[in-house]
Amino acid sequence: MADDTTPPQINAGLDPLTPVLTRSWLSPRSWRRDTYEQLGGYGALRTAITAQPEQLVELMKSSGLRGRGGAGFPTGLKWSFLPPLGAKPRYLVVNGDESEPGTCKDIPLMMADPHLLVEGCIITSYAIRSHYCVIYIRGELIHPIRRVRSAVKEAYAAGYLGKNILGTGYDLDIVGHAGAGAYICGEETALLSSLEGYRGQPRLKPPFPAVEGLYAAPTVVNNVETIASVPSIISGGVDWYRRFGTDKSPGTKIFSLSGHVERPGQYEAPLGTTLRQLIDLAGGMKDGIPIKFWTPGGSSVPLFGDDKLDVPLTYDDVAAAGSLLGTTALQVFNQTASVPWAVARWADFYRHESCGKCAPCREGTAWMSKTLRRIITGRGTLEDIDTLEDTAYNIFGRAFCALGDGAATSVSSAIQRFRQEFVDMVTGVTPAPSTQADLIEMH
Amino acid sequence: MTRGMTESAKTAVHYPDPNAAMVAGQTSFGATTTAFWGEGGRPTLEHRADVPQYRVTGVTFDDDVRAKAAEVIARYPHKRSAVMPLLHLVQSFEGFVSKDGIAFVAGLLDVQESEVSGVSTFYNMYKREPVGEHIVSVCTNTMCAALGGDAIYQALRSELGVDHEQTAGEPGTPGSVTLEHVECLACCDHGPVLTVNYEIFDNQTVQSAVELVQALRRGERPHPTRGAALTDFRHAELELAGFLDDDAAEVDAPSASPQSLRGAQLASERGWTAPAMPEVPPAFPPLPEKK
Repeated sequence: MADDTTPPQINAGLDPLTPVLTRSWLSPRSWRRDTYEQLGGYGALRTAITAQPEQLVELMKSSGLRGRGGAGFPTGLKWSFLPPLGAKPRYLVVNGDESEPGTCKDIPLMMADPHLLVEGCIITSYAIRSHYCVIYIRGELIHPIRRVRSAVKEAYAAGYLGKNILGTGYDLDIVGHAGAGAYICGEETALLSSLEGYRGQPRLKPPFPAVEGLYAAPTVVNNVETIASVPSIISGGVDWYRRFGTDKSPGTKIFSLSGHVERPGQYEAPLGTTLRQLIDLAGGMKDGIPIKFWTPGGSSVPLFGDDKLDVPLTYDDVAAAGSLLGTTALQVFNQTASVPWAVARWADFYRHESCGKCAPCREGTAWMSKTLRRIITGRGTLEDIDTLEDTAYNIFGRAFCALGDGAATSVSSAIQRFRQEFVDMVTGVTPAPSTQADLIEMH
Repeated sequence: MTRGMTESAKTAVHYPDPNAAMVAGQTSFGATTTAFWGEGGRPTLEHRADVPQYRVTGVTFDDDVRAKAAEVIARYPHKRSAVMPLLHLVQSFEGFVSKDGIAFVAGLLDVQESEVSGVSTFYNMYKREPVGEHIVSVCTNTMCAALGGDAIYQALRSELGVDHEQTAGEPGTPGSVTLEHVECLACCDHGPVLTVNYEIFDNQTVQSAVELVQALRRGERPHPTRGAALTDFRHAELELAGFLDDDAAEVDAPSASPQSLRGAQLASERGWTAPAMPEVPPAFPPLPEKK
C-alpha cells in the first residue's frame, strides 16, 4: 500500500551535483579546441553523422529534452515541426541573448565551453538539414562573443565546419552575431526581426518560426543551453539522459543562484532538485538571515515565498505550485529585502525594455513603473495597489508577446502573495525604502 | 530618450492631466499648436527637446572601413542582416552614430536612411552622442541594485559629475569616460557588476568602482575581472562588428570566476559526478515510418 501512495523519489541514487554541461569548466583553457577534443569533444558529432537526420530528431524527441530558454517546449518536437524540405533553405538560430533578470548561465557556458555549443549547433543543423546557423549573442558582454567566434574559427580550421564536413558531403556555416542591447530580442520572433535588420519587435504567431522564421524560411530557434545539451544526449543516449529528473522534465540543468546566499554561483544538478538543497550546497543563507522571497525562473515568473523551498524544480512541479521554471534563475532575497522595492525596479526594467509595438505593454509597463515608484517613495495610497493589480490584469494575456505577461506577472504575484507589505508601505506602517532622490533616472 | 529632464518635467510632457481645460491654441502636450504641428499643419519633432537629433559630421568613411563593411555584409544570406554589425562598425570609426554614419549604412544596404535610424534608435548600444574613451555601464537591475549597484551608480555620478549617457572629459580624448546605468548584465551571481567597454568587473563596491573610474580618468587601464585587457570603446565596437584580432591574449584572457565554477568545484571536491555514459553510444531509433 505504501508503494502506491509514496511518490517515486526523484533522482534516487544520483549525486547532488551532476556536471554534464559544466564538466570541463575546471579544465585549463577549456575553451580551446585541443582541450575540448582531449576531453572527448566532437565525438558526438562523429557519432551523429552516422545517422540519418530524421533519426536524430526522433532521438531528441525520445530524450524529452525541453527548451532551456524559459518556455520549456520539447526540443525534438520543435525540430519535427519543420515542413517537408522545399525550395527554401532551413536555418538554425541559437538564442544567446541572455537578458532575463537573474539569468546568468549561458554567458559562463559560452565563455567556458564554446566548443560544446558549436558541436551542438553542428549536430542540430545536420539533424534539421540546415546549412546556415547564426548564434545571436547579446552585445553588452564581449568576452563570450569573442570565445564563441574564436571557437567557430577553430572548428572551421579543423574541418568541423565549412564544406564537406568530416567527409560526409554535408556543408555548414556558422556566424556569431552580436546584439546591441535589447531584452526583447530574447523573444524568438523579435530575435528574428532583429537578425533580419529590423527593429527587434515580435511578430504574430502563427506562422511559427518552424514554418516562416528567418527570411520567411523554416527555422529552428533554440536557447544556448538547449543546444549545448545535444552532444551529451547523442553520446549518452536516451536511457542515460532520462536518469536525471522526471519523466516530463528529464536531464540536468544549470541552476543560477544569486542574491542573499553565502556562495552564489552556477550549480549543475538534475532537474527536480529543490531550492532548499541548492541553498544548502551554496553554504546556506548569507549571514544566516532567513529567506523571504525568490524567483524560480527569472523576474518574469510569479514570486515564491519561503513556503515553496521544497518544490522539486521541474517544469511541471513549479507550474503546479503556481509559478514557472523559466530559466532556473534563482534570485534569492532575504528578510531585509522589500518586495515592493524589488518589483518596482523590475517594473522600471520592463518599462525600459518594452518594444513599444503593442499598447497594453507599452502603456501598462509605464504606468506600473510610475505607480510603484510612488509607492516605494512613500507617496502611495491603498487605491494604488488596486490600480496596479488592475493594470497588470489588463496587460496579461492582452500583450503581443510574453514580455507584457512577464511584466504583469511579477507585479500581480507580488501583490497576491505579499499584499500586506504593500499595504504597510502605503499606510506608513513600514518606512518607504527609497526617497525620490534615490530613484535612478529612467533611461 | 529623456536624458537631462527632471522627473516632473517628464510628467508634464508625457502625462498631461486629461481633465485639465484645453487652452485655445495649445495641445494637451502644453506646446502651442503651431510649434507642435508646424507651420504647414504637419507634425514636426523639432520642438521635442527630449528627442536628440543625429549629428552631422561630414566624416568620410575610408577604404579600410569600406572593406570591412563588405566583409560584414558577406557573412549573411541577405545583406540587410548586416545592419547591426555595420552600426557597430560605424561606432568603431566615429565613436558614435552620426547622420553620416546612418547614410553610410543605408547606402551600403540599399535601404532608406530612416530604416537604419529606426534600427539605431531601438538599441541601447548605438549612441547618438560621442562616447568617451571608455564607457562604464553599471547594472542597476533589482539584484545588483539590492547588493549595492544603486550606491555605485550614484557614487560614479558624483565622482564623474555626469548623468546617464553623459561624458566626463572631452569625448574621444584620453581619460574621457561615459557613464550609463544598464539593465541586467547576466552576471547576477557576481553582483554588483559593471562593465568597462563591455568587459566585466565583478563584485564591485562603491570604493572599488570609484577607484576604477579614477584610474580610467588618469589614463590607466585596470584589468577586468573577466575579459581581455582594456582597450577603448572604439576597439570594443570593432570586435562587436566581428573583427577579432585573433590575438590569443584576448581569447585566452580570464573568464573563470569562483561563482561560475562553484558547482563544478564543489562536485570535484566531493567526488560527485553524473553517471557514466555507456562505452558505446546506443543505437539510434529507427527512421520514422513515412505517413
